[in-house]
Amino acid sequence: MLNAEKKTSKYNEQFNKYYEQFKVYRDRILALSNDSLEKTINVALALCLVCSVLVSIAFVALRPLQIHNKALDMKKNILDVAGLLDENTNIDQAFREQIESKIVDLKTGDYVDTINADDYDQRKAAKDSAQNEVIPADKDIASIRVKAKYTKIYLVKNGDKLQSIILPINGYGLWSTMYGFLALEPDAQTVQSINLYDQAETPGLGGEVVNPNWRALWKGKKVYSDKGDVALTLVKGGIDESRPDAVYKVDGLAGATLTSRGVSNLIQYWMGPEGFATFLNKLRTNG
Amino acid sequence: MDKETKKVLFEPLVDNNPITLQVLGVCSALAVTSQMSTSLIMALALTSVTACSSAAISAVREHTPSSIRIIVQMIIIASLVIVVDQILKAFAFDVSKKLSVFVGLIITNCIVMGRAEAYAMKNPPWPSFIDGIGNGLGYSLILVMVAFFRETLGSGKLLGFDVLPLVKDGGWYVPNGLMLLPPSAFFIIGLIIWGFRTWKPKQIEHNEFKILSISHGEGGHH
Repeated sequence: MLNAEKKTSKYNEQFNKYYEQFKVYRDRILALSNDSLEKTINVALALCLVCSVLVSIAFVALRPLQIHNKALDMKKNILDVAGLLDENTNIDQAFREQIESKIVDLKTGDYVDTINADDYDQRKAAKDSAQNEVIPADKDIASIRVKAKYTKIYLVKNGDKLQSIILPINGYGLWSTMYGFLALEPDAQTVQSINLYDQAETPGLGGEVVNPNWRALWKGKKVYSDKGDVALTLVKGGIDESRPDAVYKVDGLAGATLTSRGVSNLIQYWMGPEGFATFLNKLRTNG
Repeated sequence: MDKETKKVLFEPLVDNNPITLQVLGVCSALAVTSQMSTSLIMALALTSVTACSSAAISAVREHTPSSIRIIVQMIIIASLVIVVDQILKAFAFDVSKKLSVFVGLIITNCIVMGRAEAYAMKNPPWPSFIDGIGNGLGYSLILVMVAFFRETLGSGKLLGFDVLPLVKDGGWYVPNGLMLLPPSAFFIIGLIIWGFRTWKPKQIEHNEFKILSISHGEGGHH
């Protein structure tokens, strides 16, 4: 006890000594002419120090809240494409109760159990050279150059029954790489919904990929033709619903040819053999 | 509140508005005003940055070497903007996503730098703070006015509530798509400037020199 007190008082003494020295130095600097080199350098250093401490405190203190917001936002996007989101949904609870995250190896189409799906950030992994792979130029239909080695998908379950399969997709539009989710029925063939939640296409034209009316056009469309090729595509100028291939066609966005082409390309890529085709095949046969 | 404080606080609203009279900070006024909610948050962010940076710059003004004056101002402004950006990301995530780069661009907003140079470098911290609030409010006033027209006419809503029932939802109003694009803010700001200058003719700028007509031959042929 006494020892500890002695120690503190010693530290205090030391501190006071340094503080006195600092005060003398400070007063000397402040008394200098503003235009002297010494003052200029000292003022610049002191200002940088104060500002960097301020910025660091804000960054560190608010970091947990920001991470939480980002995670919540991602869950919201997933619940939205699953059709489980309305104004009163408790996002964390709904996500925990109804959605299961899984990691998939796209080459084999199998689930990977060695990675914790809850902690895996696929978009981060796609940018990390240790966790991504470069897509050969001739296969890079969606113009994304790299993709994560492992893909995180979501299964919506009601009890034991599979309700929808939610697949992450991305691809280049006109200005930006669009990130989104595609929700399929348990038959791994019929589209439930699409949600391109992150894009920077022209507002009012390509940006209409987020328009609920346009997104509603996707419901019930089919991805694969009878031969097993990816047939789903966006078309210009309306669809004749009486034709048998209408089920593979979604009306493109008016005035946004290149964004529409980008969406077609990313569907072609991600539903094809480079993407989820192997996984979906296994899912279909195994039930 | 004494008379001087009142003048510093309220003059920038109409009589010396940073957007309509000084024509500063127009770029962000074009970019963020398609919705009222983003405009309000942007206005709040800019007002707090202008006020705090003016106060801080004023506090160190007597020891600011003139050779690094602008750098000192920029460091203070930039730090505050980063802090505001972090706060928005933590507490108003959706809005900060919509504002995207424009919060960061407050650093280069001419109003902030303009007030630092024109007022804070010459006045004590408290009046500088008030001056920053006043100019921030002047900016906010225009932003809110522009956003009011753009959101109601462009999407029939205000702060997300339906104001004009849209045709596609069974109402009568056909939204004007131009209002959602940045150029519409140019028209509205132009109309507001016109309105302000008709109301207060003192604000009309006079030519700095008279343009001589060549036909009179006074120009250079002797």
